Amino acid sequence: MDRFRMIFQYFQSNSESVMNGICGLLALASVKIYTCFDFSCPCLPWYNMAYGLGIMFIPPVTFFFCGLILNRQSLVMLEEWSRPQGSRKKDLAVIRYMCSSIMQRAMVAPIVWIIVTLLDGKCLICAFSGSVDPEKFVGFANTTPVQVQQLLAKVPCKDDELVRNNTSRKAVSRYLRCWSQALGWSILLILIVAAFLARLLRPCFDQVTLLQARHWSNYIDIEQKIFEETCCEHSRQFAHKCILHFFESMRQEIKLHSFRLPREGEGAEREEDLLRGITNQDQVNKLLKMWYYEKPPLNVSQVTHR
Amino acid sequence: MDKFRMIFQFLQSNQESFMNGICGIMALASAQMYSAFDFNCPCLPHYNLAYGLGILLVPPFILFLLGFVLNNNVSMLAEEWRRPRGHRGKDPAVLRYMFCSMAQRAMIAPVVWVSVTLLDGKCITCAFCTSVPVETLGNTSHPGFSQGEMKRVLARIPCKEIYDGQELIANEVAVRYLRCISQALGWCFVLLMTTLAFLVRSLRPCFTQAIFLKSRYWSHYIDIERKLFDETCAEHARSFARVCIQQFFEGMTTDLAAIRCHPPRKTPADAGEAIEKLLGITDQSTMNSALKNWHRCKPPLHLQHRALHSSNGWAGEEHPPAHSPVPRREMAAYYSRV
Repeated sequence: MDRFRMIFQYFQSNSESVMNGICGLLALASVKIYTCFDFSCPCLPWYNMAYGLGIMFIPPVTFFFCGLILNRQSLVMLEEWSRPQGSRKKDLAVIRYMCSSIMQRAMVAPIVWIIVTLLDGKCLICAFSGSVDPEKFVGFANTTPVQVQQLLAKVPCKDDELVRNNTSRKAVSRYLRCWSQALGWSILLILIVAAFLARLLRPCFDQVTLLQARHWSNYIDIEQKIFEETCCEHSRQFAHKCILHFFESMRQEIKLHSFRLPREGEGAEREEDLLRGITNQDQVNKLLKMWYYEKPPLNVSQVTHR
Repeated sequence: MDKFRMIFQFLQSNQESFMNGICGIMALASAQMYSAFDFNCPCLPHYNLAYGLGILLVPPFILFLLGFVLNNNVSMLAEEWRRPRGHRGKDPAVLRYMFCSMAQRAMIAPVVWVSVTLLDGKCITCAFCTSVPVETLGNTSHPGFSQGEMKRVLARIPCKEIYDGQELIANEVAVRYLRCISQALGWCFVLLMTTLAFLVRSLRPCFTQAIFLKSRYWSHYIDIERKLFDETCAEHARSFARVCIQQFFEGMTTDLAAIRCHPPRKTPADAGEAIEKLLGITDQSTMNSALKNWHRCKPPLHLQHRALHSSNGWAGEEHPPAHSPVPRREMAAYYSRV
């Protein structure tokens, strides 16, 4: 429990950590969705390619947009980019830094999906079973082109009656899966090497600008959070004063319209204050009615100047 | 338990976080409801379409309305919309902001339901199995059925056990075809929704940022003001009730003392807190009368001003006590004589 709280607090402490956390969660979600998703290749000549490539590329685009939407910093960056200059200059290096860090984080989940898809192999088998060269496989070599297309399209479906007992089906399937996994591992290797090189070589190029950009992008983020919190606090104080002012004006009105004995002692000051001069049912009803029909104006300057 | 409480506290800290939490819970609930739901295609020609499309479209509508119902801010929006103008102007931008943010959150659970339904494929398979292109997928050499007979056969595609058209078109082929179309539709729908959300979120700062900041501030203000007003009224009601009950006991003891023709016993200054708390009622019959009066004849909702100023309550009576009361333990057996 303590460990959980510590991890939670660590992630919340820094906005970059929060974003890393979200990015990791999206990557895990993408793996989970892939495993839950019931992949069923249509096994028809033109539909296979559309379905296979669709499943490989459309979900990553969705995850990319999700990554951009869920990242708070993308809003901050857009606001910084589109704000009028005013008294504060705009630094394009900061905006570029923010943009690149947002994009990098948003790309993680799509890449995870694509790599998992390739390593699993089903998508590529479905998409490219019709494009395999039939001459290489004994079972498909001696049939008419149209029939070959039909048979090859049915390769991803193990239980289909046309290809159930065809030994070349497994050969084609293994062949395509081998290509798919090779492609998957190659892409993973290239990406990791690229990331490694980028991180290693970055300090050699323009380290000062990078440090400045990172500092000011954190600053803009924190400034916006604090502004929102201050506005919340201010609206709470404003509401408090406004309501007190409303009760006070009701009390004045009651004093004007009712005949009251002058106060005798200082006995129950506290009780009196809490009741705010409203001491019977009609007065309470009138107060509630006034609250609905005539809300007080949004102006507490008389209260603060008292 | 502790973990649950911590998550709960985090969500409550901020009003928007709380709404996001409810929205996430509803999305998870909708996915869970779909998986728990036992889908049973009727496998009859016209019923299939009605059932399939009904399951696809009616629960999202219900979830959308539920999203509004569970949102506390709906009553706030309605109140702000309907109130008379009074001294305070009404800003339509604030109302629009509140409505948009509620509608956006309420849309999430229906979108999740529709996506999960389409990606699973059962609904579309059930709804459109009679529209499968038999010429391209099936055996063209099969003796032709009549239109009605063909529809009847095709309608049984989702129900594998009773399907009798294997020579016409293989069950697996038709199911794979329909499921492929359904999943493609599902992913396109998810992509469309995500793109829309992205566009809405990213274009807003470019166009209406100042108005957005203003509307957001005032909508938070209205919410906080309403909560603070409720708290102030609750506090007032508590004080009102306390004074009213105090006056009731005082009034009652004074009346009883007047009936018995002896002055009320004024508690001496050093009597101790316990004696004071007895409010002058120290025997069984007085207590019973107090309770009876409370039930039969509740005091009016009108506090006496004089009584507010003297905490002892015996206003105007300045008789010295006849004798200092000896505190004694009374075991009062309360029995009802109603």
